Amino acid sequence: MLIVFYISAAIAVLATMVAITRRHAVHALLYLIVSLLAVAVVFYVIGAPFLAALELIIYAGAIMVLFLFVVMMLNIGENAMEVETMWLKPTVWAWPAALATFLVAELTYVAFNAGRPAGPMHTFTPKEIGIALFGPYAIGVELASLLLLSGLAGAYHVGRRASREEEQYSAGSDGRRAVSSGEPVRAGSDRTSDAA
Amino acid sequence: MLYLAVSLFALGLIGLLTRRNLIFTLMCIEVMLNASGLAFVAGSYRWGRPDGQIMFLFILAMAAAEVSVGLALFLQFHRRAPELDSDSASRMRG
Repeated sequence: MLIVFYISAAIAVLATMVAITRRHAVHALLYLIVSLLAVAVVFYVIGAPFLAALELIIYAGAIMVLFLFVVMMLNIGENAMEVETMWLKPTVWAWPAALATFLVAELTYVAFNAGRPAGPMHTFTPKEIGIALFGPYAIGVELASLLLLSGLAGAYHVGRRASREEEQYSAGSDGRRAVSSGEPVRAGSDRTSDAA
Repeated sequence: MLYLAVSLFALGLIGLLTRRNLIFTLMCIEVMLNASGLAFVAGSYRWGRPDGQIMFLFILAMAAAEVSVGLALFLQFHRRAPELDSDSASRMRG
């Protein structure tokens, strides 16, 4: 159990270290997903299987896909296929795939040798977490729902395409103060642009 | 376990301070939030109580909201200025 923890911790640190030094965002996202998977294995080992599942579903599943959507959305164009084949060479995805395979091997090892480890170990079931969550932390749940709702409304408001008069206003003011940049103000507004 | 959390947080902080790309900034913030959540879960493991795991759930909800708003801001910013440098945001007015 301990060796599994140390190996996945090493994988997490290594993958994060590689992720923050990549030049392309897509490559960094691949390594970041591996890092999140390693942290999920750590959660599973230290007695939080419910949180491991949530980490997989929400972090690696939802948030990273959101990142990926945005990164891919900014590269929509006529040369998207060439860009994609250039980004996804086998040397790029081989290392994250190898690390992820290692994590899968670890997880199967843990699942088949599910002996009780020594120490003050207590595996929390989703039922216990739910009881604690909706018991003394009910106000926190309400606040989290409020936060998520405001996040949804804020993302919709910020990410929507500007209306016509706002764009005209912004074009006018930008033309007045930023003539030196020479870039068209509305560059990029012909691409698909709607927040998730 | 706390060493792992601290090193992940430090890596996220280093990335946040060194990278100028906005996507990388958001990703490093994600790494730091994840590390703090790992510290909470480590505390929950140490004392055998579920409170730390519930804190991790709240951090998860907060990270989801933060990333959606951050990416929407990023899209809006990218629509106005084609470069992805966070330094160029200092010229933004109004």
